[in-house]
Order: sequence, then structure tokens, then C-alpha cells
Amino acid sequence: MKHLSFRDIDWPLLLITLVICVVGVVQIYSATIDTNFHGSWWKQIIYLFGGLILMWVIMGIDYHTLLHWVFPLYFAAVFGLLVTYVVGEAAFGSRRWIPLGSGMRFQVSEFVKVVVVLLVARYLNDLKTEDLEIGEGLKLAGLVLVPTVLVLKQPDLGTSLTYVAVLVTGAFIAGLRWKYVLVIAAVTVLVLPVSVHFLKDYQKARLVSFLDPERDPQGTGYQLIQSEIAVGSGGMFGKGVTKGTQTQLQFLPVPHKDFIFSAFAEEHGFVGVVLLLSLYFVMIMRIVQNAQTAPDRAGMYICMGIAGLILFHVLVNVGMVAGMMPVTGIPLPFMSAGGSSVWSSFLALGLVNNVRLRRFVN
Amino acid sequence: MILPPVDPQIETQRPPEKPPLRDDTHFAASKIAVFQYVTVIIFFFLISGFWKLQVQSPELYDERAQANSIKSVPVLAPRGRILDRDGRVIVDNYSSFSLILARETLKEEHLRAIAQGLDLEYDDLIKTVRRFRAQPKYVPIVIKQELSPADVAFVDSHRDFFPELVLIQAQRRLYPQNGMLAHALGYTGQVSEAELDSPEFAKYEPGAVVGKFGIERQYNDWLTGADGQRQVVVDNRGQVRKKLSEKPYVPGKDLQLTIDLDLQAVAELAMDAPVNELHVKNKNGAVVAYDPRTGDMLAMVSRPTFDPNKFTGGIKARDWKELNENLDHPLMNKAIQAQQPPGSTFKPITALAGLESGSIDDLFQVHCSGGVALYGKYQRCWEKRGHGTLALHRGMTQSCDVYFYTIGARTGIDNLSFYGDLVGFGQSTGIDLPHENIGLMPSAKWKMRTQRQKWYAGETPSVAIGQGALTVTPVQLARAIGGLAVGGTWRQPHLVKKDNFDGKVVHWALNPDNVKDIVDGMFGVVNEGGTGGRARLPNIPVCGKTGTAQLTSEDYAKLHGKGKDLENAWFVGFAPCNAPEIVVVALYERFPGHGQYAAPIVRDIMKAYFDKKIRLTMFKQEQEKLSAMASLGLPTRTAASSPQPATPSPQ
Repeated sequence: MKHLSFRDIDWPLLLITLVICVVGVVQIYSATIDTNFHGSWWKQIIYLFGGLILMWVIMGIDYHTLLHWVFPLYFAAVFGLLVTYVVGEAAFGSRRWIPLGSGMRFQVSEFVKVVVVLLVARYLNDLKTEDLEIGEGLKLAGLVLVPTVLVLKQPDLGTSLTYVAVLVTGAFIAGLRWKYVLVIAAVTVLVLPVSVHFLKDYQKARLVSFLDPERDPQGTGYQLIQSEIAVGSGGMFGKGVTKGTQTQLQFLPVPHKDFIFSAFAEEHGFVGVVLLLSLYFVMIMRIVQNAQTAPDRAGMYICMGIAGLILFHVLVNVGMVAGMMPVTGIPLPFMSAGGSSVWSSFLALGLVNNVRLRRFVN
Repeated sequence: MILPPVDPQIETQRPPEKPPLRDDTHFAASKIAVFQYVTVIIFFFLISGFWKLQVQSPELYDERAQANSIKSVPVLAPRGRILDRDGRVIVDNYSSFSLILARETLKEEHLRAIAQGLDLEYDDLIKTVRRFRAQPKYVPIVIKQELSPADVAFVDSHRDFFPELVLIQAQRRLYPQNGMLAHALGYTGQVSEAELDSPEFAKYEPGAVVGKFGIERQYNDWLTGADGQRQVVVDNRGQVRKKLSEKPYVPGKDLQLTIDLDLQAVAELAMDAPVNELHVKNKNGAVVAYDPRTGDMLAMVSRPTFDPNKFTGGIKARDWKELNENLDHPLMNKAIQAQQPPGSTFKPITALAGLESGSIDDLFQVHCSGGVALYGKYQRCWEKRGHGTLALHRGMTQSCDVYFYTIGARTGIDNLSFYGDLVGFGQSTGIDLPHENIGLMPSAKWKMRTQRQKWYAGETPSVAIGQGALTVTPVQLARAIGGLAVGGTWRQPHLVKKDNFDGKVVHWALNPDNVKDIVDGMFGVVNEGGTGGRARLPNIPVCGKTGTAQLTSEDYAKLHGKGKDLENAWFVGFAPCNAPEIVVVALYERFPGHGQYAAPIVRDIMKAYFDKKIRLTMFKQEQEKLSAMASLGLPTRTAASSPQPATPSPQ
């Protein structure tokens, strides 16, 4: 009955992804050449191969099967986050990683992204509705809120917001009425000043420094300012690979991870930025196209959830680098160094291909 | 019209109600389109941000990137060395580390920890930092000089925490130990704010090291080099990654002094030697050696002394207090700053005034019975038993006060002050050191000007024996006696060796007979059983004059009545008598003995001078002999194997 063919993989999407990955590896190499992390680039290559294998594996399992098992997956995810909370390894003031020994660490919250995508898809698919009722929407929101709060408590504001992004995309596609959208927006605006009180001090400081980075140029505004300087000094054509002073002299914070786009912008300039952003744009549009050609709602929700997820990552990470978004530590998919991020990104890509492979099969 | 019959199967033949495969997702098409539009908007939003940063104002950010990574570090030029007259190094430099605060990255809350780590006073540090507020940011703050290895280790291990700390290599002054020649050399230090306001130091930045005292101050411009600058690339922790450009420094020029280290060493040692017969351990005062033919200062010692090395890294408050509150004034260069009555060392000048003005001749006789009544006042001689009848020669050798009271009274204050002025008392000698004191040569005019009173003839006799208001400095006395001894040419004393030095020269056509009378008298002081017998040297005719002067009333007051037996002991000597090459003046201040005790130090220095001269002459002869042999083709191996000919003992 099932006849899966290699031919049906989204080859352009995979090609674009691999180009981005290669750019990422080169940038990691350039950004860490003079630092203690100078081995990061080949580690990243290993992660990428691992990611490709994961993608292959996830493609083989029918996404309907995955959706069937989504609640056990969901509970496993919540359990994983709780474990992180208990045994997590603290770094930079937050517990995000479960140590795996010999320096390896596992970031549960990255994989929870994929689970949230599946959860939202399953829930909305089961509803079979074209006009999402606010009550159902809130129930779904309640389900997503559990991992969101757990991650927020780590604390990791950026990652927790990615779950919300998947939820919002799904709810929007499922036909949440405009008036509800407006009401939610209004409530958010009203609640925001209150919620600021619940933010950690450093998160508040980041918010303040986003609004006015020069207030404390050596403190919380430091990352933002240094990133803006890196980007701005790149100019039209950039300073060249391994020639960026902000990157090479480590004025730029974590230039191979969260601020990799800043390092890229410094060394490749505006032209490089436009080319790279175009690749991301095409990638997202390809995923959206896969949603349009999906054989059923479930597949469409999965693809759109992933499109929303990646769009949110690009918006927040790249916007942060250019000083247009506050500093929230989320990686740039397929580029930032780090196994968990790479693998969860390839899992998401695998889901897209999973849906695509089954578009003619029924 | 009959309709064809309807196919009864038509209902059942309808296609099944199976929806097309993708109809299911059609409802979402418009929402997906909205998502696509939102994606396009987001990407344009992001690109607009990069456009603003990278295309519209890249120069601004480029500048800031450079300001981040490029730092200018001063490369300090070493000061010129100070050499003695034979080219031997007296003051040298050695490299050390200085610590500067880079103010671009300075955080004030770090200062407390930095002060603790470097053993600095926090209050001082914060004051220094605040003082620099008005300065542009590239002006570095030097917070500590001469870092110890522990300090360097502290800075190295705290780079991550205190990126504002920058180590730079600096050249530090190394002065001779034990305060040798300290007063003449002076010391360096950071330019003070008061100095910065004066035109002399206007060109310096705060934190610059300048000469503060002595030669260092006087020849500061000559000794100071031009600092260079190095542009380096630093990373976020301030560590230097690359050198971009370097403007090399120009080192300061070396300065050669007229000081002879050999003589200086003898003078220093002699000054430190205790006077056992009087149980005196420490002597205060000064010794100067002067070449009357050229004005060269050959040696200059002042006691008590200080260690200029303590000043090079910024003197500690405790050390400064100690120096400043010492009643013996260690920081005072007594050779040019001690103004004391010359006592009997003035008598040659009195004699000169008497002879030159024609008031007396060398046969003029006076009877000394231990005192004499002049102008209604009985003036005592130091020899209570009296000297009997004596003329000029014995008057000099015995230093008879009565004799000089009498000729002083005959000569009058106008002649005394004229010849006192001529030999340079009451005026600057022009020596190339800062803060010279000029002493005082009293005269009728001076009294009228300062006290609005006429000169009383009764005041003249005490001036004639070097008392009263008369005060001189050791350098003044050396120049005065030296100029007299060479026959009436007084040359400006100076410390820096220059070829054909043409300083201020005073020439006066003295009657050679009169000069000879005085020189003979001074020969007698040393060699004919006079008061200066201790200055006698075999083979070298030494002339001299002792002097014992009462303390000035200020000095006396300072001692709170404890100094009853204390006097100022002087000795001035020169040799050889007929063609003087060296004049030595010794002054022991507040000393429990007469001038005769100051004679040995003068003798020692002269002996060192003539020993060296003989040694050099013999060495030169040997060299000439060898070079003559070499020109004849004879072996000259001896020249290399025995460079120092045997030194004859002149004992």
C-alpha cells in the first residue's frame, strides 16, 4: 500500500537547508578560530550528520502514527522538563541542560518544540473545525502552557516563547476569529506591565536595555551594543571571513551560538545578510508550500506549525542581532552551534518531508 | 412533448460523496496566504534593520568597532643618563612596569578591589581618578609605578575582571645608593598640578615624570626624551593581539657633569666619618670642591642626605613626612642653600679690602692683648691670652680677631662691602641648580634700605671677622676664595661639563703683591703652625683658612638653648698655593668644635685630587712610551696585560 520514494523528498528544501548549514559551519569556524571553542566547527559537522540521520528516521514513521502517540510524547516532554528542573546543569544563571557525562549536554526544551508542533496539529485536527471556538483555543493554550511555564522557569524566555509561536500559528490557521485575536492582543497589552513583575531581574534589565541600550553600555546593554557595532561595521560587503574585529576579538558575545548572525553580518556585510535571509525566506516558503499540498489537515497543521516555529526563530534571533528585538537567548536554526538545536531543527525538517512523502498516498 | 423516461437508476448512479483529497485543507488557504504575507513583511522588516545599520551608517559603527579594539599605549622614553666628568655613569635607568588605568573601560566600582590588590590607598586612588575626569579619555592614569612581581601577578591574574588595568614598560631612574650626590642630582617625580600651571611644565600631561629637584630639574628638558606611542589591537579582555603601528620614542640625551666620582666618593666617605676626638657621629653641613680655573664643580656633598630612589615611584607619605619634619633638613642642599656667617674664613677678604683700598699694607702692625676697645665697645679675641704684636702674615696664620677688628675699622664698611660684593657675596653665583640662596653682604646701603638706619661704625669690626649680618653659602665661599687665589678672576660655578664654558666671569685687576700676601698668609695657616695645620699635605703646598662662626640667631633659637657649645666650623683650602687647581670648602653646621676640625676633610679631597692627577700623568707617560715602542715595531703585549701602571704612593 505504502510506496515511499526518495524522489518525493523536498530536495530544494533540503538543499537550501544544507547550504545554510555549511554557511553556519564556516561561520562557527571563523568565530571560534582564536578561542577555546575552536573545535566547535567539526563538532557541528558531526551534529549535522546526526541531524540528517534523525531526519531520515522521523521520515520513516508515518506522521499519523506520531500524532497517535502525541499524548505519551507530551507527557514524556513535560517529564523531561521536570527532570531538567531537578538535575539540570546551571550555566549562565539558568538550568537548561541535562548533563550526559563527558561534557555532553542535552537540552530537553529544544525537542519539546517538535512535540508542541505535533500536539497542536493533533488537537486542531481532532476538532475538525474551520472556526476555532475560543473555549477550545483556551484548552489547547492550557496544554501548551504547561511546558511553556516549565521552560520559562529555567529561566529561558526565548525558547518558551517559541511554543507560544507554534500555538498562535496553529490557532490562526484553524480559524480563530479576528475579534478573539484582537481581544487576546488587548489582554496581552494590558497584562504585559503586570507580567514584567514576574520576570527575572536580568530579563527586566534586558527589556530596559532593549529600549535604551546606551543606558548601561558595559552592563546589560553590552551585548546589544556590541552586536549592533558588529553588524554596522560590516558595511555593504563585510570584513571577510575571520577578519571581523568584533567577532575575532570577542567583543561579540557567543559569536558561534546565539549571536552567530551578528558575526556573519560583520564578516559578510549587507549583501551576505540579504542572501542568507533570502535562503531562510525560501526555506519557510517551501515549508508553507508543503502545507498547501499536504494530504490532510493534520499534515498541514504540522507544516504550518514548523513554518511558524522557524519564522519566529529567525525573527527573534536576527531581529535581536540588529537591535530590533530584545536579547532573548534563542538559536538560529541550522546555523547556531549546538547539538540539541541542530537535531530539533532536523527533526522538524523530517516532519515536513514526512508529510510531503505521503501526499499522494491514501 | 413526451419526455424520455427518467432513468430510475439515476439516483444510485451519482458519484459517491467522497470529497476530493485536498478539499479538506481548502478552508485554510486564505490564512496560509496571510501567513505568507506576514513572512514577507517580517523579512523586509529585518532587512530594513540591516539596511539602517550596514548601509546608512556603517562609518559610525566602524569607528566604534575600532574604538573597541584599537588602543593607544604610550611608549615611555627613557631619560638621559647622568655621567661624571670621566664619562662614568652616575644615574642610570632600569626597566620596570608601570600600571595605567585605561579609562575607556574603567569602572569605578572596581577601584576598591584594585586598590586592595595593589596595596594602594583607596582614597588616593579615587582622588587620582576624579582628578582626570576633565582630561580627554586617551590620557592614561598612571596609578602605580615600579610594580613588584606580586603586583604584576595580580594584574595578570585579574585581566578578566579588571580589563582597565594595562601594564606598560617604563624606564625608572636608578640613583647611587646611600644618598650619594643626592642633592646635586635631585630626583624625578610625577608632575604636580601646581607645576602644570607654571609655564615651565605647561607642555606636560598629568602623570608625566619630570625632574623635581637638582640637576634633574635644572636640565629637565635636556634629559627628557619624547615619548612614543604604540597602537595595538586588543580583545575584549584588553589583551594585546596585534601591533598596528608604532611611533618610536626619542630617548633623552645624556648629561655629563663636571663632578669627579673619585673625589665625590672621598668627600662622601669623609663627611660620614665620625670625629672621634669630639665624639661626633653625624656631621651636618656641606663640602664642595671647585676648580677656580674653569668653574667646574668637582664634588658636592650635603648632610644629612636622602635616598632619591625613594622618590622615583612616588614617595610614600610616611617617608615624605620623615624627610620633611627632620630638623636637619635632609632635602636642603646645604652647598648652595646653607646661609651661615663665614667667620674667620672671611678674613682673607677683609685683608684684601684693606690692602687693595690702601688702608693698610702688609707691614701694618697691631698689638693683641686678648681684646681691643673700638667705638666704645670692648671686642675680644678668640685667644684670651692675646697674640702680642703682629702684622698681616701672623694675623692670618693665628687668625687674630683683634688684628682684623682693627683693619676692618680702618678699612670701613664701604670698602669691605665693595670687596665682599666683588668676590660674590650676597649675590647668586649662577650655579646651574635650582633654589640657590644668595646669603647677605651687609653694607651701609643695605642697612638703610632694610632697616632705615644709618650704618654705625661700631658694626664694622664684627663684619671684618665674618660675623654680624654677613652670611655666605659654601659655594659662594669656594668661588670667592678661588677667584682671589687665581689673582682676581671669579668664574661661574657649574655642574654640567661643557667645552669652552663661558659663563659669567668677573675679572678685577688685583695687585699681585696683595694677592701674594694673602696667599702666603693662608699658606702659613696650614704649614707654619697656624690654625689649619690639619690640612697639611706632604709634597703639595696647601693654603687654607679656618673659620668658626657663632650660630645665627634663628639656628640658635631652633635648638631651644641646647646648642650653647655648638658653632659652625668652616675650612676653606686651595692647592697648589701659587697656581690653584682646586678649592675645597667644608662646613660643619652646629658642630661642637672649631674650624680646625673641618680641615682634614679638605685635605683628604685634595689628596685624592692630586693622587689621581699623578696616577693619570704616569699612565699617560706609560701609554706614550708603549705607543712609541709600537711605532718602532717592538712588542706591546705589556700594554694589554698591565693597563694600570703601578701607582706611586705619595705618602
